[in-house]
Amino acid sequence: MKRVIAVLSLLVVASLMLAACAPASGTSGEEGASVKTIKIASQSPLSGGQSGVGVDIKNGAALALEQLGGPLAEMGYKVELAPFDDQANPDNGVANAKQIVSDPAILCVVGHYNSGVQIPSSEEYHSAGLANVSPANTNPRVTDRGYLEVNRIVGRDDVQGVVGANFAQSQGIKSVFIVHDKTAYGQGVAEFFKQQAEANGMEVLGFEGTEEKANFDALTGSIMAAQPDMVYFGGMFDQSGVLFKQAREKGYMGVFMGPDGQDSSELVNIAGPALLDGGGMFYSTVSGPASVYPGTAKFISDFKTKFGADPQPFAAQAYDSMAICLKAIENAAKESGSETPTREAVTKAVRALKDFPGITGTFTFNGVGDPQTAQYFVIQVKSSDPAKWGENAVVQTLDIAPPSK
Amino acid sequence: MSKISQLLNNFMQKIGQGYTPYFITLLHIVIGASLVYASPRSTISFLFLLVAMAEIYYFKMRTEFKIIAVIILMLGIMPILGLRNIFYLEVIFQISVFSALALGLNIVVGFAGLLNLGYAAFYAVGAYLWGFFGSQQFYLLHETPGTAPVGTPFFLPQDYFYLFLILGAIVAALIGLLLGLPVLRVRGDYLAIVTLGFGEVIRVLANNLDKPLNLTNGPQGITPIQRPSLSPEVLDGFNSLFNGLIGRKVSEGELYNVFFYILSLLIIAVIILIARNLEDSKIGRAWTAIREDETAAIAMGIPLVKMKLAAFAVGASFAGTMGVLVAASRTFVSPESFSFMQSIGVLTMVILGGVGSIPGVILGAAVVTILNLQILQGFSLYLSELRQSDAVIPLINFAWRDLSTQLDPAKYQRLLFGLILILMMIFRPAGLIPAERRKRQPAETKSE
Amino acid sequence: MKRFLETINVRELLQPLAQMILFSLGSGAVLSVIVILLALLLDQTAAGQFLLERNKVTILTYTLVNLPQVVLDGLTIGFVYAAIALGYTMVYGVLEFINFAHSEIFAVGAFVGVEFLILLKSFEIIPATSLFMSYLWLIAAILAAMFVAGLLAVSVERIAYRPLRGAPRLVPLISAIGVSFFLQDAIRLIESLTTGQFHRIIPSFGNFDERLVFSKIALGASTIELGIQVKSIIVIVAAMLMLIGLNYLVNATKVGRAIRAVAQDRSTASLMGIDVNRIISLTFLIGGTLGGAAGVLYALKFTRIDPFVGFFPGLKAFTAAVLGGIGNLTGALLGGIVLGMLETFAGAYMSAFTMGAAGAEYKDIFAFSILILVLIFRPHGLMGENVTQKA
Repeated sequence: MKRVIAVLSLLVVASLMLAACAPASGTSGEEGASVKTIKIASQSPLSGGQSGVGVDIKNGAALALEQLGGPLAEMGYKVELAPFDDQANPDNGVANAKQIVSDPAILCVVGHYNSGVQIPSSEEYHSAGLANVSPANTNPRVTDRGYLEVNRIVGRDDVQGVVGANFAQSQGIKSVFIVHDKTAYGQGVAEFFKQQAEANGMEVLGFEGTEEKANFDALTGSIMAAQPDMVYFGGMFDQSGVLFKQAREKGYMGVFMGPDGQDSSELVNIAGPALLDGGGMFYSTVSGPASVYPGTAKFISDFKTKFGADPQPFAAQAYDSMAICLKAIENAAKESGSETPTREAVTKAVRALKDFPGITGTFTFNGVGDPQTAQYFVIQVKSSDPAKWGENAVVQTLDIAPPSK
Repeated sequence: MSKISQLLNNFMQKIGQGYTPYFITLLHIVIGASLVYASPRSTISFLFLLVAMAEIYYFKMRTEFKIIAVIILMLGIMPILGLRNIFYLEVIFQISVFSALALGLNIVVGFAGLLNLGYAAFYAVGAYLWGFFGSQQFYLLHETPGTAPVGTPFFLPQDYFYLFLILGAIVAALIGLLLGLPVLRVRGDYLAIVTLGFGEVIRVLANNLDKPLNLTNGPQGITPIQRPSLSPEVLDGFNSLFNGLIGRKVSEGELYNVFFYILSLLIIAVIILIARNLEDSKIGRAWTAIREDETAAIAMGIPLVKMKLAAFAVGASFAGTMGVLVAASRTFVSPESFSFMQSIGVLTMVILGGVGSIPGVILGAAVVTILNLQILQGFSLYLSELRQSDAVIPLINFAWRDLSTQLDPAKYQRLLFGLILILMMIFRPAGLIPAERRKRQPAETKSE
Repeated sequence: MKRFLETINVRELLQPLAQMILFSLGSGAVLSVIVILLALLLDQTAAGQFLLERNKVTILTYTLVNLPQVVLDGLTIGFVYAAIALGYTMVYGVLEFINFAHSEIFAVGAFVGVEFLILLKSFEIIPATSLFMSYLWLIAAILAAMFVAGLLAVSVERIAYRPLRGAPRLVPLISAIGVSFFLQDAIRLIESLTTGQFHRIIPSFGNFDERLVFSKIALGASTIELGIQVKSIIVIVAAMLMLIGLNYLVNATKVGRAIRAVAQDRSTASLMGIDVNRIISLTFLIGGTLGGAAGVLYALKFTRIDPFVGFFPGLKAFTAAVLGGIGNLTGALLGGIVLGMLETFAGAYMSAFTMGAAGAEYKDIFAFSILILVLIFRPHGLMGENVTQKA
């Protein structure tokens, strides 16, 4: 009797599963060849604590496909976005990558928020010759492997940290206290900021990592005791906003600074006037503010209309990554004539793009897939009103090429 | 209701007799395999083929036949099919890895009744062990994370990997002992929280031990990690043997997929053997005694602490070995893989499948992994496809396009895990396939 | 009026207050002595030299000047932990069961309170209101959070725990873990359906962000302000009120006696005519409301909340409860204060004492190591009775 129940429950589970995937797999495989469907995959954490940024990476890509998919549609292709959830976990990232690789309709991948997921997953893209444009992975190792398939449109940690430290020096900063968020991104930027700051003769009064999201009392205490000219935060706005607010509340009046993870109107939403008091708040970014790039302003308003909230950091980069994928596929499709372009052709077309105008910059990739010269802005927060985030002022503009090995 | 079950019972008995099961199973495998071969991207045919494994388990057939059928299916047919769609190899690879983890946790939770919420820590120990010795990390002890000089040599030759499969088990077991020695004196639910804390401690250590000595490279993770060598002759040999069936030349990267797939199956086979033998051994019975009633167990002269320690060590060793395997197959380890979520995921597998039941736990691992990798993801992809089309939901005339993306099932993995845990605890605490011992109770003779 | 006053057991009101002051002063003093001794020890070593070179002060001055602020900060977070720990300890005292989902009840409370305030802001009621009204609105937010969180806690008990009463110990615990995960994503789903984002920021209003500065102390070339924020005072006062109220309820009322009776012996209590199920529901209600209030206080103090906000505070509050002796109300208070202090001390001084080799990033490990150590060497906690074997 019990055996029957066991078999039954097993059958129920199995049939549920079958029912669940029936539609999903039915449409994808066979149709691809006849209607000429092209897919572009996105991979980012859609669930869990990092899904705030991850979902907006997907949304940014979706918006780009909607707005820029026209040329390919005219050529008779149906372009679809296939969003994957890597859960910020390498195991899921790699499994998804294998699923992506095994779908011949997928010609390009916009992806990954965590370098820790991108690095193992891109091994799969590499062995399948599938182009990957990364909107957010700043770790040097991402491109240092020299894979033809892997490109990114964001600055490297070892560049952005340098930009920050050089800017600090130009402002006459003598001492810094560095905090980072213990992620590959935050710590990476912070380490390179520290190196450059020391090379520039600044005093590094502290270098601390923290996974804390709320209670920074211990850290603000150390900052108050050290009284640095500047506090540099390597990480995302959701932590730094709280840290900056608490530091000001303790009476710290120096300068705040951070990398492009700070580029979100949510930052002022959290920290409010704390960003304007004292020495103010600066951030370095490759994504120009609305005042410089009209495309950015349009992107923000379009994004808000479609998804009902301001884009998180890296949504604009995801938009550009998708735009690059679309452009490369279009170029490859023109060459291949009536044939659907191959992955190899798309991969080469991505690398061959010259001065592609995106909303976060103009892109040409170098031999390893870094943007040839990226334009970096140092921007100062000008208003404590989140709606006026786009009016932040550019203080410095730098063109920097990635370090060559 | 009882009539239906009686009918089913009769039906099951009918097809469970004579040569029928052999015939059904073989037919199933042949049909399944050809389905997958014909449409390599169809999830249905893949799952249909996998169900054959359940048949092999349930039908009354000669053990020799079962073993041969499994070997042919998993080592013969599957790799060929997998090379037509590499994703399937990955799915089964992950099922094996998580089965091993679940079997290890099952020894601790199911056999000995000690709830361990930090089990991913032992997995991390194995992964970082080979991650450290199998990479260049030894020469980067004084470098800042992310600034590895070009051309740093590897510390150990790549084939030390095989040795580390065993070393991983030993070291993880030692760590298990170290943790177990002090904490096993606390009782059940306290133990759960202590192990949770321990799991977090290991993860935070992995995240922070990039200074003063750069042991783990911090959040950047260690990469590249070496894989065992595959000589070109193996690749050539493989290609000349199977070229016809696969229809193209297999690259080295793909062959590694097959290699790790087979290796994971071999390891899981060994682990199942160990777990089964332990279950019926003197130690296994002592564990059961402890689980059912600690006081009575002490009264029977069972060395409580020793036995609990043994459970901890054996459970940890499974995870250690799999850690080494995964580190090599990914060529990368980072602290993100060893979060609390991972521990809960493994616990869900054990609970769903059946605490204390070896086949149950494997089923649990398979169901959760497939759910996680294929079903939820597939559903979300399908929804996203619908959203990008002009289709409308019939009857209520609601355009798919307007459906909020917030409702994607793939985003609510935790919700699903939570629901599974609650529902299983309330309605079927023994799991999908309850442990054998519960069936062996004398009451059974009455009911049948 | 006089008669009413007579029915109040003044002793039960004053005793916890005295205990709180004693614990705060005591743990502050003990830890201060420890760090000062450490500083004296390290003064002549490399660590001292390192600090002298970097911050131009001796390690002893550094320690002394920072000390008052560290104690104040530690106290604030300590009271937050204590308020959450009450929920764990209440339920554990009665059912001997770790309510793993309490951290999510806490998070739900935080969200309800913050959403309430956001709603007020959207109607432009705050921040443009008098100071008195700001406090009233804050209290209203806390009450709303208490109501919802309490209700949720009771329903969770009804649905996910009650059917499992009498099952082996691990069964309800696993169910509680399930509830915890379920609620995290449920909050996320609900919050992101409306705005597309699932984190919330408490609107700033009233004078809560202001900081009262007591004095300024010179440290090397710079000065350090010693002060406390208005919101920290609110957190401490509110937590104190909750503790005193709960203590009174449990120790000086009839309901409290029933709760204690159920905690000691469920079956005997039921024979005495106590409705055990009702008392258990009540326990969850009390734990839930306290958790909900703690959630709003947490949001007020730390500004930003997300659905996963409860996990670490919950774990630490549980540590606090265990540290003090789980099942014991005064113990939860002591545990919370001690843990908050320890953690803040570790975060503030570890970096200076280890020359930057191990800094604030080990703060969380500190809490867990304490948990492990306490359970090993004193499983019944600082104040609890021996509960190691009662299965």
